Amino acid sequence: MPSIKKIFSNNLSAAIFVIILVMALIALYAMMLGQMPVAIFLQHLVNGISLGSLFALIAIGYTMVYTILSMINFAHGDIFMISLYFAFFALSTFRMPWVLALVCVAVLTPLVGILVERFAYRPLRNAPKNSVLISAIGTSFLLENAATYLFGGRPKAFPDIPSLTRVISIRSVNFQVVSLVIPLITAIALAILLNFIHRTKTGIAMRAVAKDYETAKIMGVNINQIIALTFIIGSALAAVGGFMWGAKYPGITPMMGVMPGLKCFVAAVVGGISDIKGAVVGGFILGLGEVMIVALFPSISGYRDAFAFVVLIVILLVKPAGILGTRVTEKV
Amino acid sequence: MMKKINPKIFMTLAAIALTLAAAFVLNGVLDSYLKRILNLCAIYTIISLSLNLVNGFTGMFSLGQAGFMAVGAYSVAIFTVPIELRPSSFYLVPMNPFLARIELPLIAALLLGGLFAALFALVIGFPVLRLRGDYLAIATLGFSEIIRILFTNMQSITNGALGIKNVPPLSNMFLIYLAMILTIILLHLLLTSSYGRAFKAIREDEIVAEAMGIGLLKHKLLSFVISAFFAGIGGGLYGALLGTVDPKNFMFTLTYNFVLIIVLGGLGSITGTVIASFIITFGMEWLRFFDSPLRLFGVVIPFFQPGLRMVVFSILLMVLVLFFQKGIMGQREFSFDMVRRLFPRKKENAS
Repeated sequence: MPSIKKIFSNNLSAAIFVIILVMALIALYAMMLGQMPVAIFLQHLVNGISLGSLFALIAIGYTMVYTILSMINFAHGDIFMISLYFAFFALSTFRMPWVLALVCVAVLTPLVGILVERFAYRPLRNAPKNSVLISAIGTSFLLENAATYLFGGRPKAFPDIPSLTRVISIRSVNFQVVSLVIPLITAIALAILLNFIHRTKTGIAMRAVAKDYETAKIMGVNINQIIALTFIIGSALAAVGGFMWGAKYPGITPMMGVMPGLKCFVAAVVGGISDIKGAVVGGFILGLGEVMIVALFPSISGYRDAFAFVVLIVILLVKPAGILGTRVTEKV
Repeated sequence: MMKKINPKIFMTLAAIALTLAAAFVLNGVLDSYLKRILNLCAIYTIISLSLNLVNGFTGMFSLGQAGFMAVGAYSVAIFTVPIELRPSSFYLVPMNPFLARIELPLIAALLLGGLFAALFALVIGFPVLRLRGDYLAIATLGFSEIIRILFTNMQSITNGALGIKNVPPLSNMFLIYLAMILTIILLHLLLTSSYGRAFKAIREDEIVAEAMGIGLLKHKLLSFVISAFFAGIGGGLYGALLGTVDPKNFMFTLTYNFVLIIVLGGLGSITGTVIASFIITFGMEWLRFFDSPLRLFGVVIPFFQPGLRMVVFSILLMVLVLFFQKGIMGQREFSFDMVRRLFPRKKENAS
């Protein structure tokens, strides 16, 4: 597969890391072979990969904003949550077929992203970093509270999409169709995105802004447009991720964006926040790791949410720039 | 001869005595609802000051206050619940037999909670404080979540997700206001000492501060640990005020309240934080009318339904951040000089 090759070919450490990860998984598998049937293991593997793909989709949004504005878009997790509500209404109130609903959600959610950028981040573009961070936290808080107010705090059930939630079994390995669709969609989205960023003029402008904001401005790049576009792409990916998340884990609450949001930011940092591919690598590490740890050691499943943060701390201590990142020294 | 004592010190002492006397008197006069709000104001002041020490005075950005509060609150809950009432909380899993025999007075439990929080901050501070800006924010937030997850899972110590009930309720305003004033005095002394000046130097420019011979990690760690201590004390008081302690009380969204307070009061102002704590706590209560249906001239106004209060609250936070970045006080402090400057004519007459 050329796109997978492209993801890792230009970075040796990523390839090495993935190999180590796979080896560790195989070793664990061999260790557990006596206790866990092959079919169950494969089932968990599929689940881990699909969760990893979802994390990757959302993490890309964090990475793109961070590379351009060097800020954490705390509201990204909540944009993801809003997309789930959009999907809920598209599917249940408007009774759309799921493909149409997916397209609708992917078009509507970026509007929220643009609004957030326009009103919460743009006025503070030259403000101290802490103000921007507080504004981001405030936006996230506002979106959560607005969702609670508009949609109610009680969990809503995501409508069942039979063609996605159907369980198929291959040689006694049971999994849902959606678990296969998610990695596929992630791969397609990633291939399109990488091509867009590396091949088109807008993509080049985007990379220029990320590299040097001021110079790009001098060279005639429309900064505001590029930043808005960044938010559009990030939100659209989060929307696609949100839709698939809803199909796989039905149950929507206004606060549900927080944990995935944090984990995906962690994924972006773990992979190296300066690189989109890093978000994908980080997403897979966290998603696979989380599912596998719970599968292999059920006794510590209560600590599931702590896994991402432990990985974060370890990575920040060992390689603060992330797996794919390069260290930038601060000049005085 | 005797050195002339600065009259400002007398005024400060008088203000402190007045506050404590007012707290003592009001404790007997006010109804429990108003007392509870005033107590909450003081507790929020303590915790916001602790957050301001790190965020406003040392220039780091920590979002871990909810976790440290949880440590304090749980030590109060674990140690002060009367032994005979404990089985009613711990009915699923019995309490750890060693802990089940210990009962401490509130003050000892509070200090212990503060010390535990400080110890925890020391342990996580070594790795985490090397990070800067956003990374530090996320890492501290992560730790505060880890604390919460730990407390949710350590059934025999914390009773897990069910929480601990029957914490002896604390409503003594005098005690809480004493704790608040002690916190303010201690932090003021710290910030006017050489350590405090080192903190401010780090805030202004880390690289320059380091070049001037200020040990970055040491001072950051000191600030972080002291902040955690006070957050632990504040959390303990909070737990005692609530009467039940439950992991869900210490979601990291709780920290946002304190972020709002220190932003409103001014990052780097003790008095600003105190003022903002009272404004925000009372404001949150006042905003409650948004949550109940409103009737104007016999017509029910739509939109007023549960949840609107928090929307208004978060919009206010955004407006504040976008348009009043300096907050009420900025980095200044309220002082008697400032009062005098407000009335220039008086000063002329006096001189």
